[in-house]
Amino acid sequence: MFSSPADARERLARAGYLADTATSTTVFLAGRLERPLLVEGPAGVGKTELAKAVASAVGAELLRLQCYEGLDESRALYEWNYKKQLLRIQAAPNDQAWEQTHDDIFTEEFLLTRPLLAAIRRSDPTVLLVDEIDKTDVEVEALLLEVLSDFQVSIPELGTVVAVRRPFVVLTSNANRELSEALKRRCLYLYLDYPTPERERDILLGRVPGIEQELAEQVARAAALLRTLELRKLPSLAESIDWARTLLALGIDHLDETATAMTLGVVLKHAADHERAIKELGLPSVAD
Amino acid sequence: MSLLDRHVEFVVALRRAGLPVSVAEDLDAAAALRVIDMLDRVQLRASYAAALMKRQAQRGAFDTLFDLYFPAARGAGDEPAPDTPSARMTPELQQYRAQLGNALLSGDDAELSRMARTGVARYGAVAASGSGSGGQAWSGYAARNRISAQTLLAGLLEQALYGRADDDSGLGVRAARTRFAAGIARFERLLDTEVQRRQAEITGAEQVARTAVRPSVDRIDLLSATRADLYAIRREIQPLARRLAARLAIEHRRGRRGQLDFRRTIRSSLSSGGVPVDTVHRPRHPKKTDLVILCDVSESVTAFAHFTLLLIHAMREQFTRVRVFAFIDDVDEVSKLFRPGADVVESVTRLAAEANVRGWYGRTDYGRVFGLFAERHLDAITTRTSLLVLGDARSNYGDLALPALRWIASLARRAYWLNPERRVAWDTGDSAAAEVGEIVPMVECRNLAQLGQFVRDLV
Repeated sequence: MFSSPADARERLARAGYLADTATSTTVFLAGRLERPLLVEGPAGVGKTELAKAVASAVGAELLRLQCYEGLDESRALYEWNYKKQLLRIQAAPNDQAWEQTHDDIFTEEFLLTRPLLAAIRRSDPTVLLVDEIDKTDVEVEALLLEVLSDFQVSIPELGTVVAVRRPFVVLTSNANRELSEALKRRCLYLYLDYPTPERERDILLGRVPGIEQELAEQVARAAALLRTLELRKLPSLAESIDWARTLLALGIDHLDETATAMTLGVVLKHAADHERAIKELGLPSVAD
Repeated sequence: MSLLDRHVEFVVALRRAGLPVSVAEDLDAAAALRVIDMLDRVQLRASYAAALMKRQAQRGAFDTLFDLYFPAARGAGDEPAPDTPSARMTPELQQYRAQLGNALLSGDDAELSRMARTGVARYGAVAASGSGSGGQAWSGYAARNRISAQTLLAGLLEQALYGRADDDSGLGVRAARTRFAAGIARFERLLDTEVQRRQAEITGAEQVARTAVRPSVDRIDLLSATRADLYAIRREIQPLARRLAARLAIEHRRGRRGQLDFRRTIRSSLSSGGVPVDTVHRPRHPKKTDLVILCDVSESVTAFAHFTLLLIHAMREQFTRVRVFAFIDDVDEVSKLFRPGADVVESVTRLAAEANVRGWYGRTDYGRVFGLFAERHLDAITTRTSLLVLGDARSNYGDLALPALRWIASLARRAYWLNPERRVAWDTGDSAAAEVGEIVPMVECRNLAQLGQFVRDLV
């Protein structure tokens, strides 16, 4: 996939993702050692974005499995298309033997592949993104474990499907739940934290067209400052990008106290956090 | 020593520090060494971290050990000889501090590590106390004190903001202050790392590793935490509350099913030809707890009280009602802390000063407090109440008024006593843990992990 960490870094940058050395090294290793990559970190620091960037950097297709509570095998792996099977049975000629019908309805045609199976069966380069894995139940984790360790799935009616080409797997987690040791053991681990102000400035310059160096720097510093406060929800990278866009749209080219107080709602989404920031930073109140 | 030996020693040290490194992960790490550029220390660190460290809480321990086993440099190099310890400001030191200021101003990390190395070489040498070390030892404390980087802050701010009148707003100053304070903290960590590296060359990495690794945030003892620790712990409270709430929500939903939902059952039966294959149930309303907290806010346990209140405040949606009574040797209700929208972080820290909790004695007096509580606030306790008492059960040898406590506890549905002292210290000195524990079950609650576990069980 990538020939070296530096290569990974450069190609990710071309795909619009500024990776630091730790990120690019880990991504490179995940590709080279063919291990799934578990990315943890606070919400909105670019975990999902990383998977998308990898896909676009290596020209692979991105398959996404969005996890949620109650996700099960039939949504993650595969399911038989019952309705179509029923139709087939009803449409079968009267003289056809049951064995024949049975063989007919358990074929490719009636199989609904879900992201996990689809990723394994593809022969082209694939990036499989298993998003927010901490939201699922433990059973799904066990299922993933089986798929990710051998890259094969056994379907009783069809036999075992073995990966033609191992997909690059990215798992993301907000660490709402501790993942099992067994799953972690099989993955390479990367913790994405809030970026340093310098990196955040560069990211803003890359992601917000038309922004001046000066304003990007001010936004990055202000975001870093807000993150030192004790807030319920710290401003994420995604939010500081929104912030920069808002300021641009409003034609503000200098982030002073009034501008900050006016646009604080873009970065802080709790009333209590607002009050706290206004008090701690000595911002003017701009009620109405 | 071969690279393989180093690698194995490093893995062993990690395991000793509590990271569960499996053989499979060990092999991954070794395989990674073959494909990366090992001379690039950042890459080496990243690849070890990716393979061996699977939890961010372990980051501190991992970094400390990595710096010990894969040091950035060996020997003293061409660095200057140690300066003789003195309290005075020599011209040399002044020049050094000026350089350090420039490094902080430009935010150049490489320069900062160089400064840390010279800094320790010059100002971190102390006479060794033990034998066999050749009379030389290194101390981060000595280096920090001599250089005292903290005192550079004011000068840096002036330099950074000088001549930029338009940036003179409070926000610019705050942002700059945050940046420099972070830089100084980073520099002091670098000093410690450098001291550990030098110490490891004298006594061996393994020796240093045993003492150098600090416990992760949720294992830090609340009573003996440093200021930096306390800050880190406070930042952990919100995420912890969020994790606990998420887990509780899942458990609630998974619990027993509620009443049959007739309408939805019939609806879903239509797809199976009117046969109700799956029944649909209404979700059960979780029973929420009514909480009364009696908390000791005297000096000795104040940090513990803060954290418990902060965590409970962060999880207030899980309780129907929370009433808080603070006490030292008088008791006062401070429930306004928990009203919606209150700035709890601030009011918790001012708790002892603002509430009327100090009687004439000024030290914790459980006996008097239980008596007063039974007299004034008994109506707070109903049959649905869970009562929490926070304190170290150290009565200063005073009367405990156990009958009053027994009376209060008998009215509540459940009662617990959270004690921030380690269990072995209970019943030593003036601690009355056993006597009190007979009436109200006592729970050891020394760190954030135990606190989180308790709150989870409580809900």
